[in-house]
Amino acid sequence: MSDINTLKTELTNAIEAANDLKALDDVRVSALGKKGAVTALMKTLGGMSPEERQEQGPLLNALKDEIAALISAQETALKKQELDQRLSSETIDITLTARPEQAGKIHPLSQTIDELISIFGAMGFSVAEGPDIEDDWHNFTALNFPPGHPAREMQDTFFLPEDESETDPERAKKLLRTHTSSVQIRHMEEGEPPFKTICFGRTYRSDWDMTHTPMFHQMECLYIDKNVTMAHLKGCLTDFVRAFFKIDDLPVQFRPSFFPFVEPGAEVDIGYYKQGEGIKLGKAPEGQEQKWMEILGAGMVHSNVLKNCGIDPEQYQGFAFGCGIERITMLKYGIPDLRTFFESDTRWLDHYGFSPLNRPNSATGQ
Amino acid sequence: MKFTLSWLKRHLDTDASLEKICATLTNIGLELEGLEDPSKTYEAFTVAYVEKTEAHPDADKLQVCTVKTKNDTLQVVCGAHNAKTGMYGIFAPEGSYVPGLDFTLKKTKIRGVESNGMLVSEKEMMLSEEHDGIIELEGEPKIGTPMVEVFGLDDPIIEINLTPNRADCAGIRGIARDLAAAGLGTLKPLDTAAIKGTFTSDINVSIEDTEGCPLFLSRYIKNVKNGPSPDWFQTLLKAIGLRPISALVDITNFMVIDHARPLHVYDANKLTGNITVRETKGDENLEALNDKSYAPVAPGAIGIYDGSKENGGLIGLGGIIGGAPTGSTNDTTNVLLECAYFNPSRIARTGRDMSIISDARYRFERGVDPEFTAIGIDIATTLILEFCGGEASEIIRAGDVPDWKREIEYDPAYVEKLIGLDVPEDKQLSILTALGFKISGKGPYKITPPSWRGDVHGAADIAEEIIRIVGFDQIPSVSVHGENTGTVAETPLLNKGRKARNALTARGFDECVTWSFMKTDTAKIFGLNDNQAAALTLKNSISSEIDTMRPSILPNLISTALQNTARGFGDVALCEVGPVFESAKPDGQKTVAAGIRAGNHAARHWSDQNAARPVDAYDAKADAIAALQAAGAPAANAQITRDAPDYFHPGRSGALRLGKTVLAYFGELHPAALEHIDAKGAIVGFEVFLENIPTAKKKSGTEKQLLKLEPLQPLSRDFAFLVDETVEAKDLIGAAKAADKTLITAASIFDIYQGKGVEEGKKSVALSITIQPREDNLTDKDIEALCTKVTENVEKKTGGPLRG
Repeated sequence: MSDINTLKTELTNAIEAANDLKALDDVRVSALGKKGAVTALMKTLGGMSPEERQEQGPLLNALKDEIAALISAQETALKKQELDQRLSSETIDITLTARPEQAGKIHPLSQTIDELISIFGAMGFSVAEGPDIEDDWHNFTALNFPPGHPAREMQDTFFLPEDESETDPERAKKLLRTHTSSVQIRHMEEGEPPFKTICFGRTYRSDWDMTHTPMFHQMECLYIDKNVTMAHLKGCLTDFVRAFFKIDDLPVQFRPSFFPFVEPGAEVDIGYYKQGEGIKLGKAPEGQEQKWMEILGAGMVHSNVLKNCGIDPEQYQGFAFGCGIERITMLKYGIPDLRTFFESDTRWLDHYGFSPLNRPNSATGQ
Repeated sequence: MKFTLSWLKRHLDTDASLEKICATLTNIGLELEGLEDPSKTYEAFTVAYVEKTEAHPDADKLQVCTVKTKNDTLQVVCGAHNAKTGMYGIFAPEGSYVPGLDFTLKKTKIRGVESNGMLVSEKEMMLSEEHDGIIELEGEPKIGTPMVEVFGLDDPIIEINLTPNRADCAGIRGIARDLAAAGLGTLKPLDTAAIKGTFTSDINVSIEDTEGCPLFLSRYIKNVKNGPSPDWFQTLLKAIGLRPISALVDITNFMVIDHARPLHVYDANKLTGNITVRETKGDENLEALNDKSYAPVAPGAIGIYDGSKENGGLIGLGGIIGGAPTGSTNDTTNVLLECAYFNPSRIARTGRDMSIISDARYRFERGVDPEFTAIGIDIATTLILEFCGGEASEIIRAGDVPDWKREIEYDPAYVEKLIGLDVPEDKQLSILTALGFKISGKGPYKITPPSWRGDVHGAADIAEEIIRIVGFDQIPSVSVHGENTGTVAETPLLNKGRKARNALTARGFDECVTWSFMKTDTAKIFGLNDNQAAALTLKNSISSEIDTMRPSILPNLISTALQNTARGFGDVALCEVGPVFESAKPDGQKTVAAGIRAGNHAARHWSDQNAARPVDAYDAKADAIAALQAAGAPAANAQITRDAPDYFHPGRSGALRLGKTVLAYFGELHPAALEHIDAKGAIVGFEVFLENIPTAKKKSGTEKQLLKLEPLQPLSRDFAFLVDETVEAKDLIGAAKAADKTLITAASIFDIYQGKGVEEGKKSVALSITIQPREDNLTDKDIEALCTKVTENVEKKTGGPLRG
C-alpha cells in the first residue's frame, strides 16, 4: 500500500517539477512507459491471489489514471506557457500603414448618369443612343428649326466639312450635335410608338468662358403615347428632380417658354433659398424668400417633329425635356466651376469622384 | 427687350403693382430678365436745406453745416467748396448706402466734430462723373422731396428675355396687349386715323423682288425742320438707354421700341429718280449707317436702289440697314419715309451672311405685323409733322400686304387632351379674344390668329396661348411610373462601358472626361489618315488645339497626365470611357475604354521594395484584360498578336483579338508619339473597343451552368526549361498544356532567369503545371509519364531542354 502512495507522491512531484514538454515526457515514460514504475506495479497483479488482485487492482488502475491525468494537465499548462512565450516575442508595429489598395474614382458625370438611369429606369424609361457628329436634318430641321430660323442662332454650332457621298443636302451638312434632342429624332425615325426613352451624351457649342465649355453633356427624355399629357410631363419632372436631389418637397415651377421642337414649351425652375453665404435647394423656411433657378427646358413634342419622324400627331402625342448634366451635378454635389469637370486634376477627381464599389441604385438609394 | 414702367403705361391702363406686373410677365412667357428700380436705390436720399455754415475749428477745408432735412435739423461736416448757407442739396442720412462710395454711412466725428450723414455729389449718387462739389439744386424745392422725383428717376426699367417666337412683343404695345389679356388692366386704344396727304410724291417705287419685299409704302414729307426731339420724347428714349440724335432718327427708334415697327427715313434731296427694290447681285458696295462699309454687300439681299449711277444705285439693304449717303441729317428738309414688309427668312440669311446686327433685322427676321405697315407709316408721319413740321404727301403704295390669314380648326376639348387640365370653353374663348384671335363657327371653332402672331399655326399653339394665360401652375402633376415589365434601361453598350469603368477605377484609375477633339497633327499621329482628318476637322473651331475629332483617347489622357505631373502628381492612372471617330458618319463613331499609367505603379511602401517600380506594358495588359473581362469579353480565350498601331512601342505592345476582331490594344506608347505631346519617360496604355466585345445573348431560364466539382485533389509539378530568349511564353505554355488536355488544367510561368549560369541568348523559364486527376487517383508512374510528355512536347516546340 505504502508503495502506491509513495510512488504517487514521487510522480506527482516529478510532474510538477517538469518545466518543459521534454522533461514531462521523461516523467511519462518513467511512470507509464513499458518499463515505467506504474507499469511495473501493474505487472505484479499477475502474481497475486484473486483476493489480493481484487483489492490491489482498482488501486493500481486509479493510480495509473490519476498520473495520466496529471501529465495531461501539466502538458496543457506547459503548451500554453510555451505559446504565450512565443507570442510575447512576436509583437509588430501595428501603426505601420497597411498595404495599399489601388482605388480610383468614378467621374461625377458618370455618377450622375448612372443615377439618372436608375431614377428613370424605375419609371419605365430605357436608354437610346445616337452619334455626336450629326447632320443638319437631325439636329435642326427635323426638330422644327427651319433653315434660316433665328432660333438656330440660339446655339453656336460647330460645323464639319460636308459629306459629299450624301445626296440629301440636309444630311450632307455635318455638325456636332448642339443638343441630345437629335437622338429623339433618330429613335423615332427608327422605331414605332410608344416611346419611353432617355438618352445621354456629349453635346457641343462654340462657346468657351467661365460658364461655358465647348463640350458638355445633356440628358434628353422622351415619352410618346396616345394619351401622354403635359400633366404627365409635370409629374415626371417633379418626381425626377425630387428623387435626384433627394428632397421630397423640392418646389418645382413651370414657366412658358419657347423651343422650336415643343408646343407648348416650358422652362422648369427648382426652389432654393439663401443660407449664410451660400444657397440651399428646397422649400424656403418661413420668413425666408423662396428663390428659383432654372434647370431645364421641356414641352409637348411639336406636331411637326412627330410628322418629320413619320408619326401621326393625330394619334400620338407626348413630352420631351432636356437637361444639362453638368448643371445638375454641380448643384447636387456643390461643384463650383464647370470648367473643372474637364481638367482631370486628380485632386479634384479624388475629391468629387465616387467609389466604383458603391454604384447608384434607386432601390438602395445609391 | 427693355422698357420702362411709364412707357408700358402709355399702352396699358392698369392699377397693378410693379411686382405683380413682373411676376405676370414671367408667368405668361415673357420672362423677367432684370428689374432696375431707381426709386429703391435712391429711396433714402431727399432734398435738404443748409441753414448755416461755420468754419470747422480744426480743419481749414471743412465746414460745419446745420442742415434741415425731412425730419430733423442735423449737424453735418462737409468738405465741399460749394457748401454754403441757403443752398438746397441732396442729403444722405446715417445708415444709408451710398452707391458711388460703396459704403453705408455711420454717425462719426470728423476732426472731433460730430457729423450726421452727408451732403452728396452727383458722382457719389452715380448720376454722373461730376465730383466738383456737392449737388446744388436750383430754385426752392420742398425739403424732404425724394431725390428720384427731383431727377426724374422714378421710373423702373423692366427687361424681359424675349423668345424668338414672340416678334409681337419686340414692341411695348405687344407686351401691354399680353398683360391685358392676362387680366392686368386694359389696352389703351391706338389712334390709327389715316393721314390725308396734300400732294402726290414724285418718287415712284417699283418692286422686282416681290418675294423679298411684298409691300413697300412710302411718303414724301417736304419742308421739315430736323433738330432735337422734344424733352419728353428724349427722356423716354434715354430711360431705356437710347441716345437721342435728332427728331427724325428718334422717331424711327421710337417706332421700333413702341410698335416693333422699323421704318427708314431718307433725305429726299439726296435721292436720284425713283426707287426700285431688287435682289443684290453682290458686286455693289454700301456705306452703311452703322459707320461700316460693306464692299461688296452679300448677293441675294433685298436691295433698295435709286436712279443714281454710283454703286449701281444701291442706297440700302431693306430691313437690315440703310445707307449713310442718303440718310437724314440735321440739315434734312425733305424726307422720304419708307415703311415696308420684308421676308423674314431672306432678312435672316442676309443678316447672317453679312454679320449685321440691327434692331430692324431683329424684328423683320422674327416677323413684323404685316397689317401694321399702313398704320405704322401714319403714326410716324404724325410724329414727324408734330416735331419737325412740314407737309406730307399721299402714300405711294407698291405691292400688297402678304397673305397672312389662316384658319385653324380648334376643338376646346383639345386643351384637356394635350395639357391634362380642363379649362372651361368660355374661358378659353375669352382668352383668345383678348389676345386678338378671331373666332367663328361653333365647336370645333375656326380660329384666325391676329396678324401680329405669325408664330401660331396649329391647335397646339392655341392650347399654349390658353394655358400660358391660365397659368402653368394650374396644370396637375401626374406620375408616369409604369408597370414594371422587367425592361432593362441600359443599352448593351452602356452596360459594357459602365462595367469597364468600374473595373478600371477599382484597379486604381481615376476616370476623366476629356474633349472629343484634339490638335490635327496629334490626331494624325494617333491614327487618322489625311482623308479622315479632312472630314473630321471642324470648319469653325475655337482653337487649333481642339479642332479635329479624336481617333483615340490616349493623347488626351497623356496630356492630362502631364498637367497632373506639372501639379506635382506624376504617378497617375487615368482612364476614360468615351467616343472616338473614324469618319463623320454615324457608324464612324466607336466607344472606347482607354487608360494610361505614367510614372511609378504605386507609391513606395515599407512592405514591398518593388512597390514603386516603373509602370510597364504588363500593367497595361492586365488593365486591358480586366476591362475586357468586366465588360463580358472572353479575354482568357483572346489571341495575342503583335500588331498594335504605330503609336505604340513596336516591341512592347500587342493586340488582344477574337479571330479578326480586335478587342484591345495595349503596351508602352511609342517614344516618338510621346515626344510629340512633350511627354517624357515611359507611359503605358490600352484601348478597349467596346463595340467589338460580343454582347451576351439573353439566356432563358438559369443563367449559370451547373457546377461539377472534381472529387480528387489537384497536384502540381514544376519544370525549368532552357530556351532561346526569343521563345514566347504562349508557345511554352501551349506545348505544356498540349501534353494532356484533360489532366493538365493550368500551366503558368513563375520565374524567368537570365545571367550567371545561363548562356548568352538563352533564358531559363520555370513553369508550373496543375494536374487534375479525373476519375482515379494517379500513380507515381502515371505522373512521371505525364511529366516526361510535357518535357518532350516543350522541347519539340521550343527546342528548349529541361534545365539540368
